[in-house]
Amino acid sequence: MSFALLSSVLVDGVTYAMILFMITVGLSMTMGLMRVVNLAHGAFAMLGGFLAASIPQRLGVPIGLGFVLAIALVALLALIFERTLLRRFYRRDDLDQMLVTIGLMFVATAAVNLMFGSSVTSVALPEAFGGSVDLGFRSIPRHRLIVVACGLLVVVVLWFAVDRSSFGIRVRAAVDNAPIARAIGIDTTKIYAATFAIGAALAALGGIAGAELLPMEPTYASKYLVILLAVVAVGGNGNLFGSFFAALLLGIVETSMKYMVPQLASAAFFLTMIVVLLLRPQGLFGRQA
Amino acid sequence: MSAVIPPMVMAVPPRARPWTQLRAEIVLTLAGLLAFALFPQDLGLLTNMATMSIFALSLSLVLGQAGIATLGQAALYGAGAYVAGWTALYLTADPIVGLLLGGLGGGLIALLSGAVMLRSTKLTLVMLTIAVAQLLLELANWARWLTGGDDGLAGFEVAPLFGIWEFNFMGHTGYFYALGALVLVFFLVRNLVDSPFGLTARAIRQDPGRVQALGGRVYLHLLAVYTVGGVVAGLAGALTAQTSKVANLFMLDFTTSAGVVVMIVLGGTRRLSGAVLGTVAYMTIHHIASTLNPYHWLFVIGSMLIFVLIVLPEGLIGLLDRAAAYARRLGRKGGAR
Repeated sequence: MSFALLSSVLVDGVTYAMILFMITVGLSMTMGLMRVVNLAHGAFAMLGGFLAASIPQRLGVPIGLGFVLAIALVALLALIFERTLLRRFYRRDDLDQMLVTIGLMFVATAAVNLMFGSSVTSVALPEAFGGSVDLGFRSIPRHRLIVVACGLLVVVVLWFAVDRSSFGIRVRAAVDNAPIARAIGIDTTKIYAATFAIGAALAALGGIAGAELLPMEPTYASKYLVILLAVVAVGGNGNLFGSFFAALLLGIVETSMKYMVPQLASAAFFLTMIVVLLLRPQGLFGRQA
Repeated sequence: MSAVIPPMVMAVPPRARPWTQLRAEIVLTLAGLLAFALFPQDLGLLTNMATMSIFALSLSLVLGQAGIATLGQAALYGAGAYVAGWTALYLTADPIVGLLLGGLGGGLIALLSGAVMLRSTKLTLVMLTIAVAQLLLELANWARWLTGGDDGLAGFEVAPLFGIWEFNFMGHTGYFYALGALVLVFFLVRNLVDSPFGLTARAIRQDPGRVQALGGRVYLHLLAVYTVGGVVAGLAGALTAQTSKVANLFMLDFTTSAGVVVMIVLGGTRRLSGAVLGTVAYMTIHHIASTLNPYHWLFVIGSMLIFVLIVLPEGLIGLLDRAAAYARRLGRKGGAR
């Protein structure tokens, strides 16, 4: 493999991995925390992308502010969904949870189609994100660098939030043992709602940042659902670094195969996933349930 | 006296031999004939309903009875469809041979994939079933010379059924072929579910640990159920391929797996008749709504799914059960007066 190919694979693979990580980290947290399989998680990324594409035009605000508004709106919608619908399903079995979230995904797909049309929509980026950066040996689109920086920032901020803040301590307590956490006075209901909203906001961020690689269309949520679930399963529920390294592993495997044997890229992706799950059923960093 | 609810509801095997009670099969046959008489211009749709009902029965067995959470049932369905297509292309045009080989194909995929997957549970299992189906999809997409890739496997001829009835554009043969297969499969699966084999499967769903402690072989039993489910799904795929004369990638798609789960949940997962009812309801709504706009259809099915899960956890068949119980109560009251 030549050096140029290797660097292309690395740059594209890491960018793709960071997008996957940003979208899936919230899903992984909610699965670890509430034991709920949220198949509608991709819909939050999709809503984020579509809102980010339309808010700056329709409201006439700067693009950056539009992005922030889009992410906040997605978090609000997620909060409403969690409070009105999802909480009824915390005590139901896995299948019912999956189905109610699949139902939500269908509804979101129909709603997006109604509001934004059925064609592929591109998210206009601020001008500062365009162009390319010359690293001496080769030039890289600046957008890629910003996506990678975004992903790394999310990892660091989340790590500090989970490991250092009192909110993080409560979240970890609720993940470890929800009944005991409740017994010592932690309001797990609020923790659940807040984590769910934060996860949805991160998915929206990932959806916006990744719109160049995973284009926005109404079928986005179902199209990438399987990939997102794969990252979570490989990483292990409720584990920040698990999601990060699973995204890196799967992202680089798929991207490198896309450069070498494009027809088998997805097959390699799923084969990697099957092998990891057979060797470590709880995921790379998962603990025994 | 009916106020006392037993702590754990276990179906008691009927005292009479199960194969002497054909009520469900007779109702199914009559409904099929009635549909044929009422909607002769929609035979294509009715044929699809019959084949998809068989597919739903396979999932009802695997998921509803044994509790194997799967979102990859399309792998077994698609395998049956492609095997039936290959049989017609390279081996023989006889429909029955193609059907049986399709069933074997689905069963073989189920046996092989189940052998590695069924040691895991819950989310890991769901993810593995999805991954296996996606892997098959990608391989089928890649092996264009074998599967026709995106265009699907077409151009095969199906010989007349039993050498007598031709599969013509009218679709009469196709419909009665599919309906006959549905009634037969329903009969076989129902007897399997009522047998000790099916009882053990339900026991595993309720408490695998206890079955293990009682000396049951949980893994082997689940593998057997999954393989039988694979055979049934393969039969459904083969029937679809033969009646529509094409096997395509969509049959292996995640949407197909998710769709059939939605069907049995709409109808009710715990009962086999729920699978048929759910399939018919789903496909009727699809038929009506998709003439409007495919996205409106998604909205209808999505909100219906949420509604059923909140209001009717036991599915449409539960609604029928409640109506029947209500009618009985009314009848008893009338009789007492």
